Amino acid sequence: MISHLRTMWLVFIHIFHKKVTIEYPEERAPLAARWRGRIVLTKDPDGGERCVGCYLCAAACPVDCIALQATEDEDGRRYPAFFRINFSRCIFCGYCEEACPTYAIQLIPDFEMGEYKRQDLVYEKEDLLIDSQGKYPGYNFYNVAGMDAGVKAKGKGSNEEEPVDIKSLLP
Amino acid sequence: MPTIYIDNKPFDVKTGKNLLEACLSLGLDLPYFCWHPAMGSIGACRQCAVKVFKDEEDTRGRIVMSCMEGVKDGLRVSINDETAKAFRSQVVEWLMTNHPHDCPVCDEGGSCHLQDMTVMTGHNYRRYEFKKRTYTNQYLGPLINHEMNRCIQCYRCVRFYKDYAGGKDLNVFSAHNHVYFGREKEGILQSPYSGNLAEVCPTGVFTDKTLKEHYTRKWDLTNAPSVCQHCSLGCNVIAGERYGQLRNIVNRYNGEVNGYFLCDKGRFGYEFVNSENRITQPLIRNQTIEATTHDKLIQHVGKLVSGHTLIGIGSPRASLESNYALLELVGKENFYQGIPDDLAYVEQKIVDVLQSGAIHTPSLKEIEQADAVLILGEDIWNTASVMALAVRQSVMKTAANHTTEQIPLPSWHDMAIKELVQETKGFLANMTVLPSQLDEIAATSMRAAPDDLARLGFAIAHILNPSLPEVPDAGEMINTQATIISKALQQAKHPVIITGTSCWSNALIRAAFDIAAALNGGLAFVLPECNSLGLAMMRAPSFDKAAAHVQQTTNTTAIILENDLYRCIPAIEADAFFSRCKNIIVLDTLHNRTTERAHVLIPAATFAEADGTFVNNEARAQRSSQVFMPANKVIRESFKWLSDIKALQTTAGNGHERHPDDLLLALENRFPQFAGINKVAPPHNFRIHGARIPRESHRYSGRTAITANMAVSEPKPLQDDDSSLSYTMEGYRGLPPAPLIPFFWSPGWNSGQSVNKYQQEVGGMLKGGDPGIRLFEQTTTLPTFYRDVPEAFVPRPDRWMLLPQYHLFGSGELSVYTAGIASLSSGPYISLSKQDAERSHVKDGDMVSVKTDGKTYTFPLSIQESLPDGIVLLPAGLRGMDALSWGSWVNISTEIV
Repeated sequence: MISHLRTMWLVFIHIFHKKVTIEYPEERAPLAARWRGRIVLTKDPDGGERCVGCYLCAAACPVDCIALQATEDEDGRRYPAFFRINFSRCIFCGYCEEACPTYAIQLIPDFEMGEYKRQDLVYEKEDLLIDSQGKYPGYNFYNVAGMDAGVKAKGKGSNEEEPVDIKSLLP
Repeated sequence: MPTIYIDNKPFDVKTGKNLLEACLSLGLDLPYFCWHPAMGSIGACRQCAVKVFKDEEDTRGRIVMSCMEGVKDGLRVSINDETAKAFRSQVVEWLMTNHPHDCPVCDEGGSCHLQDMTVMTGHNYRRYEFKKRTYTNQYLGPLINHEMNRCIQCYRCVRFYKDYAGGKDLNVFSAHNHVYFGREKEGILQSPYSGNLAEVCPTGVFTDKTLKEHYTRKWDLTNAPSVCQHCSLGCNVIAGERYGQLRNIVNRYNGEVNGYFLCDKGRFGYEFVNSENRITQPLIRNQTIEATTHDKLIQHVGKLVSGHTLIGIGSPRASLESNYALLELVGKENFYQGIPDDLAYVEQKIVDVLQSGAIHTPSLKEIEQADAVLILGEDIWNTASVMALAVRQSVMKTAANHTTEQIPLPSWHDMAIKELVQETKGFLANMTVLPSQLDEIAATSMRAAPDDLARLGFAIAHILNPSLPEVPDAGEMINTQATIISKALQQAKHPVIITGTSCWSNALIRAAFDIAAALNGGLAFVLPECNSLGLAMMRAPSFDKAAAHVQQTTNTTAIILENDLYRCIPAIEADAFFSRCKNIIVLDTLHNRTTERAHVLIPAATFAEADGTFVNNEARAQRSSQVFMPANKVIRESFKWLSDIKALQTTAGNGHERHPDDLLLALENRFPQFAGINKVAPPHNFRIHGARIPRESHRYSGRTAITANMAVSEPKPLQDDDSSLSYTMEGYRGLPPAPLIPFFWSPGWNSGQSVNKYQQEVGGMLKGGDPGIRLFEQTTTLPTFYRDVPEAFVPRPDRWMLLPQYHLFGSGELSVYTAGIASLSSGPYISLSKQDAERSHVKDGDMVSVKTDGKTYTFPLSIQESLPDGIVLLPAGLRGMDALSWGSWVNISTEIV
């Protein structure tokens, strides 16, 4: 009996507490920048695609919902010929972002992806690619990689010496 | 057997091995770079350091390179010693200082020995903060990509390319920390073994350029154990598929056959599977709508098959299962080999020799271990490239073995042995029509017409066994050569004679047999196609007999199995044959001149889409497993199509498809020469703890997204009823039986070097025995010598003997579908000897015409300095070239056209 009364009392005083629920969608919950929502593919500062098609996101994905195919442009710069995420399988774990060596794949604070048809949750590259650098402005993978893929020539990277003259024996 | 103590645990190891090999054979992990089981140790990379202790009391020990330390009884070693571990991690850190931050865009990533070894040694954060050394890359041709920044200077590439494979155009340049591996000038790598650089290089300096076109990581490939389709050696390969396309071929170790290396034709010649020219639709020609469905096609074929005289033309490039299914459908008396009579005769002779049991036919491994090799008439550089590599090893190792007999040096001590051996070489006699790169390492070589080469062979046999007939009027050249060669062969413990079909001469086969039988040595044959021997073993009549057969009937339905007759039968004869057939049913994979003649065209599966058994040149039957099921359901294995047609004829079939196992069993029961072939691979219902063997790695990605664009619900995994391999990631993850290894992988060993874990001992046979069943072994049967010595070859006035010249790149029907290989193929030409050209007043490059088989072929002249007089050579099998009557005498006209 006492426990019943106590419960009713506790429920009653909650009327005067500050509300936790919000009137979504009129009112929006504040989401942190690192909130793990919809996945996007970002671009380099020079406007090129950041994704180099290394397949690490696909390998890291625990539900195997990422499929892509790497290809190359005439400069030898890799990019995905197609990049597909099946969001109906995605669990928003963020492993793909963690695995991504080029900051291309990022999870952003957007969760409003409801669809009536499950098929509409299959996102292709044109749905994923955004015209922004996302959370990591200024980073361009090819500036720090050794390869010459049309971004910087051999030896022009910030941590690189000029290419070796193989005809010379000087130290 | 010495006992060594590794971290105080006793292990029995094999004598004559080094410590690194011993540790790896025991299954222990020890990092290494420069050592390679096929190439020995040089102690260059300092990665495999361990600590060796003087005795039990010694607590201090000393660090040694395990690859440079032989095992001896009572040796006390520590792998896990703290100093040794620190040493190794420091070494890898040094090696990594200049290594670029490239892994995401590096094709080696995921199958990279450097990644594996770095993780193994525990170096995970870079402390080096200074600038990295960079290099410019070189263009190395259409097959191999160069990215020199990634080099860790282990020298494996040049040790393979120059020392092992005898290449000359890859070298090491510059000095100290600027050492550069490349060519003197940019250009195409000349060695036909350059593709192995992609596997030999522990990092991504040399990578497969054809894979780059459709790049896929190793973990994403659906793999299956397969057998190379481009020559008769039957090298074991692993083929990988992704998104319905064959993506790459890598070596599948088989200690008895190809070992660690493949030739470029085998490695890169896979693109025909993905070709635009594939037959993708069953067609019934001569009706308004030609494309049809499976059921309608079978119905239609049923009508053509019943009430007609049925003949079947088999194929030397189709599997035994398909050939046998055709034989069952048409009946044994109506089954023909789709090869010309002359070739069938030579191949029959080879089968007779092998089946007699009088001689031993060596595997490639045994050829490597031979101490004297005689090549009689076969251009193995072009027709059996990996055999040429094996012959090179025999020549190099014989000298090394002689040296180590005198001075006690372990056989793995590569540099020391090379220093001692210097230029000394083992015995190789290269007796061929044309010179080849093998002449450089040959002790003696001779250029002669096939009949003269056969006479040389008989002269050698006569010296070895004087009861054999003497060669009449042998001449000085043959006598001197015969004396040199017979002396060398007599002194050898394991002599090997190599001959083959490329001269279309059965005299060569007879002569080679007489030598091998007189010596009791090995006799290896080279045949034209991947299943030539398997087809020849079915002992069916040749194409010419089929052509004669159709002349007598008007009501013939011919079924042609995976065979472009225009590639081996002169067009005039093939046309005559087709015009006599009432109905022509062709099963093939790619459109060609034969499929154009078909009234009914059936799309067949390539080797990658089919299970099949192939018999290689040493009569080793090997199973090639299906790599992927084509999305196009009408592309099916030929034996399945043929079984469906057969099912129409009989009511006995209960609708169940027959497995390849069943076909092999039926084959074995019908032809005793195939006894034992059913054991070539575990049966289709073989399971390990109830589980299948997965074709996909456990990291296979994209399962729920690959087909999501078409339907978001994942399809049921494909069912493979014909083998115990599965199309999933799930299944038995331990070591599969050797014939069913879909890929090499072991925890911590992602690269192909993980093959160590699959071998009984490093560089030895695979656990459970190397795959393949040898169908013929030497018995106690006494040899019946051939005593018919051919007449000497005499050049005829104004007539030339027409012989084929094979090209590694270009002569293959299927391999030229790879653009890179096609670009390396030579154009058509006509070759004459220098004197013949002078006599006919023609120069190099002049247009010369050869009249044969009712046609005139006009091509530029290419003078061959050492070609014997009276012979004209034309390249065989180039795309668009007709088959010619090889061995016939032809006219040449030299008018400017």
